[in-house]
Amino acid sequence: MATKLPNLLIGCAAGFSGDRTDAALPVVRELIRRGQPSVLMFETLAERTLALAQLARRNQPEAGYEPLLDDLLRPVLGLCMEHGIRIVSNFGAANPLGAARRIRALAKELGVRPPRVAVVHGDDVSGVHHRALLEQALGAAMPSEPIVSANAYIGAEPIADALRAGADIVVCGRVADPSLALGPALAHFGWRLDDWDRLARATMAGHLLECGSQVSGGYFADPGYKDVPGLATLGYPIAEIEDSGDCTITKPAGTGGRIDERTVKEQLLYELHDPASYLTPDVVADISAARVRQVGPDRVRLEGVRGHPRPASLKVNACFEAGWFAEGEISYAGPRAEARARLAAQVLRERLADTAPLRVDLIGVTSVLGDDASHWLDGQTPGESRDVRLRVAMQHRERSQAERLVREVTALYCCGPAGGGGVRAGVRPRLGMVSCLVPREAMSVGYAMVEEPALEVAE
Amino acid sequence: MSAIKGLTVPLYRLAHSRTGDKGNRSNISVIAWSSALWEVLVEQVTAQAVARQFTPRRPRAVTRYLLPHLHAMNFVIDDVLDGGVNDSLNLDSHGKALSFLLLDMPVEVPASLQGHFAGPP
Repeated sequence: MATKLPNLLIGCAAGFSGDRTDAALPVVRELIRRGQPSVLMFETLAERTLALAQLARRNQPEAGYEPLLDDLLRPVLGLCMEHGIRIVSNFGAANPLGAARRIRALAKELGVRPPRVAVVHGDDVSGVHHRALLEQALGAAMPSEPIVSANAYIGAEPIADALRAGADIVVCGRVADPSLALGPALAHFGWRLDDWDRLARATMAGHLLECGSQVSGGYFADPGYKDVPGLATLGYPIAEIEDSGDCTITKPAGTGGRIDERTVKEQLLYELHDPASYLTPDVVADISAARVRQVGPDRVRLEGVRGHPRPASLKVNACFEAGWFAEGEISYAGPRAEARARLAAQVLRERLADTAPLRVDLIGVTSVLGDDASHWLDGQTPGESRDVRLRVAMQHRERSQAERLVREVTALYCCGPAGGGGVRAGVRPRLGMVSCLVPREAMSVGYAMVEEPALEVAE
Repeated sequence: MSAIKGLTVPLYRLAHSRTGDKGNRSNISVIAWSSALWEVLVEQVTAQAVARQFTPRRPRAVTRYLLPHLHAMNFVIDDVLDGGVNDSLNLDSHGKALSFLLLDMPVEVPASLQGHFAGPP
């Protein structure tokens, strides 16, 4: 009979590209203090991040990975290497190999022993040789505009394989977020790939971790209703995963934030649709009978997750050039501010009537709960707000048409109602996105160890 | 239950909530502050009631999933984000603020449950 494996600790130190970069050090110190097998995870890819990374790579071929990579790793790389804490992340974005090279260079700069870095490949289907696959999968939804990025959400298997092969750091592009936690759990516990219950439990542990502090008091505070201590010094979460796959969520001692049944329930349901059928590339997780239980201060256990066989296909998001987004703002304050802002909006609607539908917001009156057609705002009786910022937005295929909005908002300085000030206006490229499913067999997914000086990518 | 003398209070006295988004679809959790409030939430915060609360955003469909073990429900609201994060002209293109539109919804509650309400009125 096999001896019982120790629990696996997975700390998550980033929940999106742009998250705090000083979160990792307290997490790593806590992992070292506990002295158990440990992994550090960074999740840095939202739906749009990859397309932005591809655009960055166009201008600078060595770019295209997480821009804050250095800031995320510098404080902890040496400690992780010294204490055998492995690092798993999707911070490779559109250029995992570039990220891997940068990590090796950073280790050298810091005088850290050269890490064994593995790069996961097979998610990127933006190239010409995948065009037929995309066309078939998207059908009529295939954009006529140029494709910027197309990536499949791949699963935990190549991560687990790379860790088993001895990688210190696994760099991925698009993988399903919870797979960043399931991969290390698979490698650590040696579960079978059709052990659906265990896979689903570790997947939900990954789901709780994947947004970083959103499970430990971030994105939760509502003064007087949900108070959170130390929001400025939030502790990022650590999941303690057992051989059953069940997990307990904790955070480093002495950090801000809170972990209780409420923070865990909010994150458990975050971006979920049918709770009985949370689709990932690895397993279909079912939380319809799950329970959460506070088992200590800032310690909550998740139990009762079930699993069902994984889907036959993988989800692909494709981003394409969708024209230009234009936005402009101007402020009105003091007596009759709202009336003057509404008049300015009317002027812009008239001047831009022949371009594209214009969204109008009055920041300070109503600006986010209404829809793009501005029904909400138009349906309101004009009020007496004394500090209002008018904001207008539109999109257009032609840059020159989008720029007309910028010019018209700027022209309000002289041609608009009295007392308008503080114009900010600009255009930026717009990315559209379409999604489809592709057969798992059509994808060629794997990993490669990065060796100096160059490397060969092998299946 | 609704025959009993009731109070009308905003949903935030009974539940907390978080919004997530995928494409043009929003999901909003509604989590009871206390198990005592669960039944009245199930009765009052129906898919129809939520669709009504979201009329200004003109969603195509609202689906409710119940998680009785967690005293929580999950609403999936389709085509409510003006195309979603890549297409919307909204400042909040993710619809992150929508949980607070839902929490503002009036709910009729038996006065006997008053002791379980959260926060200041």
